[in-house]
Amino acid sequence: MTTPDGLLRELRAILSPVSLITDEELLRPYECDGLSAYRRLPLAVALPEDEAQVVAVLKACHRAGVPVVPRGAGTGLSAGSMPHPQGVLLSLTKLNRILAFDPVARLAVVQTGVRNLAITELAAPHGLYYAPDPSSQIACTIGGNVAENSGGVHCLKYGLTLHNVLRLRVVTIEGEILELGSHALDAPGYDLLALLIGSEGLLGIVTEVTVRLTPRPQAARVIMASFDDVRKAGEAVAAVIAAGSIPAGLEMMDQGAVAAVEPFVHAGYDLEAKAILLCESDGTAQEVAEEIARMLAVLEQSGANGVRVSRDEAERLRFWAGRKAAFPSAGRISPDYYCMDGTIPRKGLGEMLTAIAGMEQKYGLRCINVFHAGDGNLHPLILYDANVAGQLERTEAFGAEILSLSVALGGTITGEHGVGFEKLNAMCEQFTTDEIRAFHAVKRAFDPPGLLNPVKAIPSLHRCAEMGRMHVHQGALKFPELERL
Amino acid sequence: MSLETFRERILKGGSLRIRGGGSKDFYGGPLAGEVLEVAGHRGIVSYEPTELVITARAGTPLSELSHVLAERGQWLAFEPPAFGGPATLGGAVASGLSGPGRASHGALRDFVLGVKVMDGEGRELTFGGQVMKNVAGFDVSRLMAGSIGTLGLILEVSLKVLPLPVAQATVRFELPEGPALETLNRWAAQPLPVTATAWEEGLLTVRLAGAEAAVRSACDTLGGERVPEAEATAHWLGLRDQTRAFFAGDAPLWRLAVPSITPPLDLPGATLIEWGGAQRWLRGEQIAAGIRDAARRAGGHATVFRGGDRAAGVFTPLPGPLDVIQRRLKAVFDPRAVFNPGRLLPDL
Ligand SMILES: Cc1cc2nc3c(=O)[nH]c(=O)nc-3n(C[C@H](O)[C@H](O)[C@H](O)COP(=O)(O)OP(=O)(O)OC[C@H]3O[C@@H](n4cnc5c(N)ncnc54)[C@H](O)[C@@H]3O)c2cc1C
Repeated sequence: MTTPDGLLRELRAILSPVSLITDEELLRPYECDGLSAYRRLPLAVALPEDEAQVVAVLKACHRAGVPVVPRGAGTGLSAGSMPHPQGVLLSLTKLNRILAFDPVARLAVVQTGVRNLAITELAAPHGLYYAPDPSSQIACTIGGNVAENSGGVHCLKYGLTLHNVLRLRVVTIEGEILELGSHALDAPGYDLLALLIGSEGLLGIVTEVTVRLTPRPQAARVIMASFDDVRKAGEAVAAVIAAGSIPAGLEMMDQGAVAAVEPFVHAGYDLEAKAILLCESDGTAQEVAEEIARMLAVLEQSGANGVRVSRDEAERLRFWAGRKAAFPSAGRISPDYYCMDGTIPRKGLGEMLTAIAGMEQKYGLRCINVFHAGDGNLHPLILYDANVAGQLERTEAFGAEILSLSVALGGTITGEHGVGFEKLNAMCEQFTTDEIRAFHAVKRAFDPPGLLNPVKAIPSLHRCAEMGRMHVHQGALKFPELERL
Repeated sequence: MSLETFRERILKGGSLRIRGGGSKDFYGGPLAGEVLEVAGHRGIVSYEPTELVITARAGTPLSELSHVLAERGQWLAFEPPAFGGPATLGGAVASGLSGPGRASHGALRDFVLGVKVMDGEGRELTFGGQVMKNVAGFDVSRLMAGSIGTLGLILEVSLKVLPLPVAQATVRFELPEGPALETLNRWAAQPLPVTATAWEEGLLTVRLAGAEAAVRSACDTLGGERVPEAEATAHWLGLRDQTRAFFAGDAPLWRLAVPSITPPLDLPGATLIEWGGAQRWLRGEQIAAGIRDAARRAGGHATVFRGGDRAAGVFTPLPGPLDVIQRRLKAVFDPRAVFNPGRLLPDL
């Protein structure tokens, strides 16, 4: 094994001087991702400029037995790209070239560091766009999207990253290059493309992505509906779907979220409503008119006490701007906020929101809620102040309770933000020992020495055993066979 | 059959050939091992139309699923082929095959939300779940899709379902192969409600589906000759289940998956094109190497779908590093190599 100094010498030989950071002051900006509660400084930050340098850096780290943590734009919300103190942080932002764009074949081949929105900007003149639109799309990279299987406000109809990526080029920790998927459909063998998407940097480093581009619909309009009761809003969502519509977007915000956003964005939201729904239709002008009429009828029958339909594109964008600014708005009304990401069967929404209201009392903290209502993905934003002693701990306990309830309601601890470092404990509640063992074995199939993004996404069995002591699940210990620590 | 019986059979030793309805016995490598029947393990576990999710046991017939969904105005939009047999949900997921709607609605794997499997050591494992968005843990449920039963015994599956389209129309055009392919790609770049396409012997057939107004205006834009509804239904079903005349007889059937913009392949034999140009069927006794080569040059791959010489493997072999990982994954879920030997890879 090489010493850390030996590794740094090797990295210096691979990378240009500006592409290797070891100075503590310059390492600081990399100490955390969008979840700033968890911070570490890495041994070094490497910023390769092309795939060959990625391969060389990985081989050197592999030889030295040093962990590697990949990082895109660092907008992640689960501390997935939080550095490893003895590891190299591999920043992929310099791999930001568009390699090919084919409007006839409706696809683009881009390097991993290309920003999500840049793809849509490239395709727009041809009437095409890249459908998944996370609210962070100005900044986040396509590689980060792939690693998290990111979604957006239009993914109920247009799918997640998984449904819009055709092919990946991936480098393993051993420096092997893998091509997963292809520009033809249904590649032979096991669906390793699906396995890589959402794998949070644990299986390989993505260097290149082929995305599928979607024709931009001719028209789109959005309904903003107000409700005097959150449960009614939840029932309205089910009613819209029962009536046979898949809206292009279906989002909910509670009163607290609306109050946080409105002064900041001036979206024109109803401040009196207990909850608002945004419900979009897209397609040809006639199709949109037909669908909007159908959805309006359903929303009114479901007890909406105010509805507005966007009159023009500017108003439509303003309605969405409010929703997309929910996280930064939370940041404006509170020193810190903690974003949860559970997904639940929609019918559990009322129960979840009532429980969250109870938790606000219990933990003495406020929580505002935004919700990808169409697909059941809930983002409670717990407001806290990290400078007040004990608040972070109470926030974490609050969040953990929300995640436990998500699992208990038949859902999952994370819909799109990933497990990262943050939700390792909650993983122990969602999966059994055998399942977690299988995940570790899958990781070893790609990364035998376990050097890629270690201590993320999949908890160690010891951690779960330790958790088992705290959480007695339905009267039984979840990991009885493991030694308690 | 109870889970306990499944476990006993798995642990007993010897290899097992997992069988649902047997409708896809022809697909993949040669059949080997003692038959393990799954059809008895059937039934819908939960279905709530407003959640857009259905969960059912692997032995549930696809026909039962379609029936129950249709009663609530929903369907499996990836149109899993039954090939005229008593196809089951487990078999559909294991084969990973999708029907005419694949190019617009997505593939079977895109609709898989979660699975419960029994691995090669008799352990019950659950991956994914019953919700639309879920990134907890690696996406093992989608890894099961298309694994042809080589990774585990699928016990239960949750799928995303969609509302049936409000309106539908099928139109037909007379076009030679090259111009048909160009037209298909041009249309695909426009926001048209095209949900299936097929080209055969100079005729291009196109299915439009969606809102009433969308279908009407697309019919106006595209023109063509309207196909009567009964004939249209039979056409798309005949493609899905391969009951059309094109698929009859003993000549080997090849499936070539290529980028949709690939020009006519000019291989000898009859051709049928689906999925906007991305899936091309070929009949005839050609040499495997020639077909594989043509597919590879186009950036795709070729499969001996039915008949033909299957000894040399039916799927396009993977390059070295991918093959290594594939074998390691097999060892993770089926370390004693119990399930469906040779069905995906000749020696796996
Ligand atoms: C204001 C705000 C709004 C957001 N809205 C949404 C939203 O609407 N929907 C949504 O899904 N998410 C949202 N997010 C979360 C975040 O933006 C996404 O997870 C995004 O995909 C992360 O991309 P990134 O480039 O910043 O990746 P990073 O945060 O740098 O990394 C994310 C993960 O990917 C890994 N990784 C990065 N690049 C690679 C690579 N090339 N190869 C392998 N692994 C890699 C990292 O190790 C890490 O585990 C939001 C975040 C913020 C701050």
